[in-house]
Amino acid sequence: MKRVQFEHSPIPYLFVAPQLLIIAIFFLWPAGQAVYQSFLLEDAFGLSSQFVWFRNYADTIFNDSWLQAAWFTAIFSTLVTLLSLGLALLLAVKANEVIRGASTYKTLLMWAYAIAPPVAGLMGNLMFNPLIGDMYHFMNSFGYDFDHKLHEVDAGFVVILISVWKQVSVNFIFFLSGLQGIPKSVTEAATMDCKSPTRRFWTITFPLLAPTTFFLMVTNITYAFFETFGIIDTTTQGAPGGATTTLVYKVFQDGFRGADIGGSSAQSVVLMLVVLVLTVIQFRFIERKVHY
Amino acid sequence: MKLFKKFAVGAVTSMSLMASAAYAQVEIQWWHAMGGRLGEVVEEIAAKYNASQSEYVLVPTYKGGYEDTMTAGIAAFRAKQQPNIIQIFDAGAATIIYSKGAVVPVADLLEKYAGGFDSTDYIEGVRYFYADSEGKMIGMPFNSSTPLLYYNKDIFEKVGIDAPPATWEELEAMAPKLKDAGYQALAQSHSPWIWAENFMSRHNLPLATANNGYDSTDVKILYNTPELRMHWTKVKEWLDNGWYGYYGRGWGDNQDAFVQQKVAMWLGSSGSFGGLTKSAEFKFGAAYLPYWKSVVDEPTSTFIGGAALFAMAGKREEENKGVADFLKFLTNPEMQYFWHRETGYVPITNAAYEMAKADGYYETTPDAEVGIKQLTQKSGEWTKGYRLGFYVQIREVMYKNFEDILSGKASVEDAFAAIEKDGNALLARFHDTYK
Repeated sequence: MKRVQFEHSPIPYLFVAPQLLIIAIFFLWPAGQAVYQSFLLEDAFGLSSQFVWFRNYADTIFNDSWLQAAWFTAIFSTLVTLLSLGLALLLAVKANEVIRGASTYKTLLMWAYAIAPPVAGLMGNLMFNPLIGDMYHFMNSFGYDFDHKLHEVDAGFVVILISVWKQVSVNFIFFLSGLQGIPKSVTEAATMDCKSPTRRFWTITFPLLAPTTFFLMVTNITYAFFETFGIIDTTTQGAPGGATTTLVYKVFQDGFRGADIGGSSAQSVVLMLVVLVLTVIQFRFIERKVHY
Repeated sequence: MKLFKKFAVGAVTSMSLMASAAYAQVEIQWWHAMGGRLGEVVEEIAAKYNASQSEYVLVPTYKGGYEDTMTAGIAAFRAKQQPNIIQIFDAGAATIIYSKGAVVPVADLLEKYAGGFDSTDYIEGVRYFYADSEGKMIGMPFNSSTPLLYYNKDIFEKVGIDAPPATWEELEAMAPKLKDAGYQALAQSHSPWIWAENFMSRHNLPLATANNGYDSTDVKILYNTPELRMHWTKVKEWLDNGWYGYYGRGWGDNQDAFVQQKVAMWLGSSGSFGGLTKSAEFKFGAAYLPYWKSVVDEPTSTFIGGAALFAMAGKREEENKGVADFLKFLTNPEMQYFWHRETGYVPITNAAYEMAKADGYYETTPDAEVGIKQLTQKSGEWTKGYRLGFYVQIREVMYKNFEDILSGKASVEDAFAAIEKDGNALLARFHDTYK
């Protein structure tokens, strides 16, 4: 049987070419370099190198400090994602109900979107400064000995708080526009059927927001993994005792601060795999539950 | 198209004009890590040098902190765009020196192009730190500092303490008095540098095998010693007693605690002197880094900290000549005295030190001499420095474990065992990479 084929024009390929080129130059090529470097022991200046198979992986993965960073990254990303999504959703729902002064509320809630993570980190660092920080004194005023310079949990609290604060506004914008995209007729019909606003939210509104929520979950996990680097670098720098070091921060510490290119490449390859697996899981198992 | 042609012609002409302008004078690129006031002084040095001769143009560029500058230099070298001179800090020295072919020893450059080099011109505490095991200077010490104790004279007077502590035992004796008056006795700004590296030098103890790492990259760390463990046991006690305040790893955060008079004494760098003069609203003094009387009767000198200037390899001969010419200019007594006075870093040559003395500088500001006096104290077998690879990471390991001691997460024994294990693993990795 002869298959029906349309005449192919090369034009579409031309249109996607720039994008493919960008992916090749800014992702495939550096990723390939990282994989290649991860098999080499090479001096910092690239003057001598030897192929060592998996030596870099053996040296830098699954040792105490890497495991500590992996564990912290898991807790940190989960909490940052859940908290920033949850808070943003709550705020968006409430802001959506406000009638008077709605735009003022919305503008105020979107404010922090314009702030870059390192700036958020610097501001947070100042607020938690043991000498002049208001937040530091506030935390201590309850009689709890708050000291993020030495206590792991307190340091984790500081970086999570700043990361969530920074991200809530982004999520808020998306949730709000998602809420506004729900047709009035649907909500009105729901109001007639069911009196409880909470029940209405969970059975009607939330499922309709699912595509937004899923999209935000993916971007928030990426944010927690990679973009919070700027916050950590300007606040705790991974201290105390490596308790707030994320995997990305460790790659930076070893590669950029410590000039260990092979070890740092090995870690970034592993990180790449972790994120790949996470993304596959998200799309295969969670996206199935999302109805567009 | 016509427009483009015009533009292209214009660009080519202007480029060739620039090229011919640069042809007359050889450009020397200098990447440094000196921000703020220090950066301004670097610019002044460059301006003075450029005004002093017409053959070379020195162009200093600020590249961020020490690590950023080193990373920038590494990336540039790999892309064959390296500067002529790069400032590399103490912990990064091994990386650049053991990368065979990354730098040209400054001693060779000065020998060849600037009419000779004599290491005995340099003060003793500075001479060997950036040298190879035979004492040949690879990097030129630039901003050299050493850890000192700063004390608040107003608080001391109020509490009734006459003099700063010379030993840690004396500090322990005065700490309760300070605590009763509402002050923490002590803070410090760099625990690996002050309470590990310089602790060894001050007590003349070896820090690593193979001659503190100068003889070979096949080396093991020697931090897990009774003396250092004793010291950190004490530090933890001081913290628990409220005698010692830990304000995190940030240099400035700990200095601020001193400036804001929360702590009476602060261990910082001799290079902090200039900044303190501006920020402290009280009388303060500088004193030698204390030592343990129970470990040594007479303390030995400390190491220099800070950074050195390295001449990067792969440059044209006339540029290297210019580098040698500039280094000669930089080390002349007038420039060294200028640098010392403006920044608080120690002068690196004997002649400059003599000049400062003759000028009466130390009569008006005696505290500015404490650093250099400490560096010229009795030297010992283990006071000339250290050369250890991946030392940035080893410092990170120390920071981590010191914090675990302070927070009570790890015992002193466990923390030092971990430093030894992780430190040696890093050194072995470095050895295999750079052998």
